[in-house]
Amino acid sequence: MESKGGGTEAQKYIWEGAIPLQIHLHESEITTLPTPPPAMILAPRIGYLPLLAQKVKPFFSNSLPPGVDTIWFEYNGLPLKWYIPTGVLFDLLCAEPERPWNLTVHFRGYPGNILTPCDSEDSVKWSFINSFKEAAYIINGNCKNVMNMSQSDQLELWRSIMDGDLDSYLRISSKLKFGILVDDFSIQLNISSPKSPESTQNADGTAPAKTGRIPVRLYVRTINEDFDELEDAPVVESWDRISYINRPVQIHGDDKLWMRMDCEQPWNKKCMKKEVPCNEDHQSHMGRKSHGRLVCDCVTSGASKCFTLYDAVTKLLPEFFGEKLPPTDDVSKEEVEVEQRSSPEETNKSNTERSGEMLNEGIVSCSISDGAEIKLLRIQGIEPKMEIPFAWVVNNLMNPEYFLHICVYVKIQEPITI
Amino acid sequence: MTSISSSWDGTITSTQFHNAASTFSEIWNNFDLGFPHWSWINFPNKPGFAATKLQGYLSLENMILPITTEEECVLAGTEDLTCSNEDSFDDTAILVQKDSKERHHYDFHVIYSSSFRVPVLYFRAYCSDGEPLAIEDLEKDFPAYTAQELAVSKWTFITREEHPYLNRPWYTLHPCGTSEWMKLLFSNEPSVVNQGGVAIEKYLTSWFSVVSPVFGFKIPLKFSTFMNSGNVATVI
Repeated sequence: MESKGGGTEAQKYIWEGAIPLQIHLHESEITTLPTPPPAMILAPRIGYLPLLAQKVKPFFSNSLPPGVDTIWFEYNGLPLKWYIPTGVLFDLLCAEPERPWNLTVHFRGYPGNILTPCDSEDSVKWSFINSFKEAAYIINGNCKNVMNMSQSDQLELWRSIMDGDLDSYLRISSKLKFGILVDDFSIQLNISSPKSPESTQNADGTAPAKTGRIPVRLYVRTINEDFDELEDAPVVESWDRISYINRPVQIHGDDKLWMRMDCEQPWNKKCMKKEVPCNEDHQSHMGRKSHGRLVCDCVTSGASKCFTLYDAVTKLLPEFFGEKLPPTDDVSKEEVEVEQRSSPEETNKSNTERSGEMLNEGIVSCSISDGAEIKLLRIQGIEPKMEIPFAWVVNNLMNPEYFLHICVYVKIQEPITI
Repeated sequence: MTSISSSWDGTITSTQFHNAASTFSEIWNNFDLGFPHWSWINFPNKPGFAATKLQGYLSLENMILPITTEEECVLAGTEDLTCSNEDSFDDTAILVQKDSKERHHYDFHVIYSSSFRVPVLYFRAYCSDGEPLAIEDLEKDFPAYTAQELAVSKWTFITREEHPYLNRPWYTLHPCGTSEWMKLLFSNEPSVVNQGGVAIEKYLTSWFSVVSPVFGFKIPLKFSTFMNSGNVATVI
């Protein structure tokens, strides 16, 4: 699967991936007649919306009222968080991919109470670098490799994101020696623990030598109403409808993170091509069949030994996999409290019972998802099979700041009052 | 509860954070230091998510930063970290008084970061009329060394980030060095050396003693002394 020129095939698709935007100027900012036509722009998946400012501005500059520009975007009335990569916003907010994606742009009236300020490209760059540092810390136990980057490397890294230049990105990022993400399927974590000496940094051996932590940002969109078709999913009116879980996936040494990929190609190439135009085949191949519980045979039957995407999601969202939890041995104690509670005897108990127990312990609680169901899991625009080795997912589908962004749609049976 | 070895790396688990937070706030509140109380906010869960006691944060709201400082609040425990800058402190205080009679209110939230495995301080500041303060206004409240640091490390010291629970932009102190200085602070702890463990109950006091001077605010001596006296220290 790996090919010459640096980067895996999947990485290349991701770096080339772009979302066609049709951008309208908000009516309150139109001061001319006729109203300016919408701007059609391709937005890189791995990019950030404010970086489009220079491309978008010329379409509307003549129509704007006097004032100082601070660009921000909204979709269906929802101000878009600029520090989430554009592709992730699209995956999260467009249940049924809308192409072109109709966004509204504003140059005035920045909603500072909802969005963190973004007054220049520097804001975006530093948001990226701070995420990058966070990822480095998760992986290496410190972020010295990022802190110690030379000015010119830092600049080149940022340029590579702006220009979508994968080769140059790989050249810089390889210097940083993110040990755990060695791009080799055949390495097993418990054998080689592929941290380079430079990146480990703990002479005293304090770092958990046998565990690996993978930076993951998980966005969970909960939907109360039932819907059969994705296009019927209600629009997201507020960010409060989305739970954001920023918690690394912890993998213990005895979980085999890596395996040789001799199984079939786990993803559909068509899904990853530039998302223009909508492709029927692509649609039918994706989500539909996976409605209902995303459970993969090899995991439940115990046939697979490698740590899969399913395992990772189970760790992050034990609430939705309660009954299917494995014995607690390989469960990260610190990361996931609910799993901790469920000793093997308890695993048969229903969610409701467990929620009762928590209440008894004096913990403020709300009803737990009886019948909550994962409808859809999307990473980089595709809906990967749950039995894919997690290492493959991470190495190929992560964003350039080393975070894997996962979007999950969860259907809740009935509205729950808190 | 697992014990922490002397090769401890300065980080804690979310359970330990919760424990440390309970002790810290309980003692703080009992002392009645004349400051607002800390309380643990159980975060109202999103629909569909199991509630755990770990989903929450420590909160102290409506704090008015003390303007007169040195006599009343004595820094304890961590002098070495701030003493060198002590001289410039007066100037800032005067500047604040001169600059505006308006008193600024601060809300502090201490939130556990799973990425960094340390507590992270989030805060916001507003005027009496509820108007939030811009970073330029904050600088006037801060001691000179904080303002200086802000100028040097605009993007890596205090920045606006999304509050992990409230979904709104708050200011935050960057946590990437926290584990290192926490390790350093505890390296002088007899409990680490003698008993091979770290008194988790003291973790937040030590942490706060480093973080609070950023705001020109210091942990009162009687509080730190009590925390360090061993009365509360269950070494785990």
